[in-house]
Amino acid sequence: MSETLKPTRRTMLTRLGILLNAGIGAVLAVPVVSYLLAPLRGKNGAPYNQWVKLGPLEQFPEGETRLATFRNPVVRPWDGQTADIPCWVRRIDAEKFQVFAINCAHLGCPVRWFAASGLFMCPCHGGVYYADGSRASGPPERGLFEYEHKVEDGELVILAGQLPTLAAQDRTGRRKTCDC
Amino acid sequence: MRLLKALGAWLDFRLRLGEGIREAATHPIPKSSASWWYVFGSAALTVFGIQVVTGILLAIVYVPSAAQAWSSLQVLNHDLTLGWFLRAMHGWASNFMVALVLIHMIQVFLFGAYKFPRELTWIVGVFLLLMTLGMAFTGQVLRFDQDAYWGLGIGASITGRVPVIGGALVHLLLGGPIIGGDTLSRFFALHVFIIPGLLIGFVGLHLLMVLKLGINEWPMPGRIVRRETYLKEYEQLTHEGVPFVPDAIWKDLVFGAAIVAAIGVCAAVFGPFGPKGQPDPTIIQASPRPDFFFLWLFSLLSLLPPQMETPVLLLMPPVAILILLLVPVLSGEGEKHWKKRPVAVLTVLVVAVALGSFTHLASTTPWSPEMDAWSGAPVPISELKGRSALERRGALVFQAKQCRNCHRLGREGGMRGPALDEVALRLTSDQLIRQVLQGGGNMPAYGKNLSPAETTALVAYLETLKPAGRAPAHDASQP
Repeated sequence: MSETLKPTRRTMLTRLGILLNAGIGAVLAVPVVSYLLAPLRGKNGAPYNQWVKLGPLEQFPEGETRLATFRNPVVRPWDGQTADIPCWVRRIDAEKFQVFAINCAHLGCPVRWFAASGLFMCPCHGGVYYADGSRASGPPERGLFEYEHKVEDGELVILAGQLPTLAAQDRTGRRKTCDC
Repeated sequence: MRLLKALGAWLDFRLRLGEGIREAATHPIPKSSASWWYVFGSAALTVFGIQVVTGILLAIVYVPSAAQAWSSLQVLNHDLTLGWFLRAMHGWASNFMVALVLIHMIQVFLFGAYKFPRELTWIVGVFLLLMTLGMAFTGQVLRFDQDAYWGLGIGASITGRVPVIGGALVHLLLGGPIIGGDTLSRFFALHVFIIPGLLIGFVGLHLLMVLKLGINEWPMPGRIVRRETYLKEYEQLTHEGVPFVPDAIWKDLVFGAAIVAAIGVCAAVFGPFGPKGQPDPTIIQASPRPDFFFLWLFSLLSLLPPQMETPVLLLMPPVAILILLLVPVLSGEGEKHWKKRPVAVLTVLVVAVALGSFTHLASTTPWSPEMDAWSGAPVPISELKGRSALERRGALVFQAKQCRNCHRLGREGGMRGPALDEVALRLTSDQLIRQVLQGGGNMPAYGKNLSPAETTALVAYLETLKPAGRAPAHDASQP
C-alpha cells in the first residue's frame, strides 16, 4: 500500500495527464455551456419582445372583444403555424383598448370569450375572468396577462414576442420591465 | 450443426464471453424466487426493447419540425403501409411500460426487496421510473398536436412559477420565446437520444446489481433482515436453490410473450393515439388533456386552492422523489413480509386510491366549464311546462347568458357549479338575486351583464326549479 502512495515518475506523469485532460475539458465546456444557454439571450441581439401590428382599428368595433392573431416577431423558418399567436382585443371606446393574452394565467390554456355573459372561460381547469380581464373565479391567482399597446397610423400595435407566464408578468398583473 | 458449433467455438475463443454468460444464466437463485411474482421487471425490459425497435422505425419517417411533424404523423397513419400499426405499437407499449414499471415497483416495495444489500438497486430503479415517465411525457410532445402544444404551455406555466429564475427556465425549456420549432427539436433530442441513453445505462446497472447481489428471496414473516447475518442466510438459500436458466426464466419468457401479444392486440384493435387537431394556437377551440398517466396531475391542478398551487407544484415532485430515494436508507433492515408491515401496505393503498380517484375525476372533469352547453344542451321540456311568460323569458336568459356552461339542468350542462334542478329548495328569491348579481363561492358576478328586467325574469324562472309539491326555501325572519 505504502509503495503505491510513493510518487514515482510514472504516477506523476499519469496525474499530469489527467490534469491536462481536465484542463482542456474545462476550456471546451465554455462553448458547450454558452451554446446550451443561447435561448436566454434574444435572437441576434434583438430582444424577444417587439412591437407587432394587429391590424387597422376598424377591425375592432367599439364595445366588443374580438380575437386577433399576429406572427411572432422572432421566428424560425420551421416554426410553421406555431408562430401564429392569437390574442383578445377589447375596444372599450374610440381611444381605449385592452389586449389580453390567449393564455390563462393559471396554466396557459387558451381562454375563450363569451360575449353574452361577458366572461372569459378556460376549458382546462375552469378559470373565469371578467370582460376587463380581472379574475372572476377558479384557480387563477390573477387576471389575464395583458400586452402593452399603442395606436400608430390607424393601426393597433402591441408589444409581444414571448409566451406569457407568471415569470414574464408577475402575480399582481404588473408587467415586469425587463424583457428577459 | 457441427459447422455452427465450430463457428461458435472459433468466435468464443476470441471473444471470451461464453463462460461469463453461462455463469450469469445458470447462477443459482432461491427456490422461492422462481415465482410468477418476479416477472414484472423482465417484462418491462422486454417492452423497452419494443420501444427501441418501434421508435427507430418511426424515426426513419417522422420529421421533428414544428411545421411538418403533424403532417408526417398523418403520413405514418394513412399513407405508409402499416405505419399506423407501428405508431399504435409504440403508443400502447408506452402505456404498458409505465404500468409494468409501476407494478414492478409496488411488488418490490411490498416484498421488502429494497432492503440490505439491495438499497442501491432500488435507488437506480427510482431513476428508471423517472426516466420512464420522462419518456412518456416527451413522447406525448412528439405527437405534435393540439394536446402537445397546450401541454407544453402548461409545462412552461409551471416552470414560470419558479421564483427568480423562472423566466430563464421557461426559455431553456422552450428553446426560445414561444412554443415552436426549437421546442420540438429539443424534446426530440430528449426523447430519442438523451433519456434513452441514460435509460440504457441505468438498466444495465440495475441488471448488473441483480446479478451480483442475487434476486430477492420470497419473504417470510418473522425472517428479519440484519446486516450482520443476511448475506450468510442468502447464501444458504441459493445453496439449496435452483439455476435461473431454466428453472425461473421460463416464467419470464411466458409472461413477456403474453405482454408483447397483448400490446400487439391493443395496437391492432384500438389503433394509434392521435394525432388530434393541428398544433395551431389560433385554433382556440381546444380542450387540452394530458395522456392517461398524467391525468391525476391534471385533476390535482384543478382542485388545489389557488394559494397552495405554486408551493405544491414546485415542492411536491422533489419531496416525493426524495422520499422514494430514502425508503431503503430509512428501512434497510427488519421485516420483509407485507403481513408484518402494515404501514407499507397502507401507504401503497392510500397512494393507489388517491391517484386512482384523481384519474377517475379527470375523466369527467367536473371543474371545467362545458364550453358549448349554452348552445348545445336544450332546456328540458318538463322544466318549461306550466311556466308563466315571465318565467319562460327567464329560461331564455338562463340559456343565453351561458349559465348552462357551469350549471346542470336535467343532467346536462357543466358541473363547475351546483346543479340547479332543485335550486328553489335551497335559496329564496332574495338570495338568488344576490347570488346572481354579486356572485361568490366561485361564481362570477353577473351584475354588469344583466339588466334589471333580465334579472327579474331569471330569478322568477329559477324559483320554479323544484320538485312538485315541495315548499320553496323561505326566509325565517319573515312571516
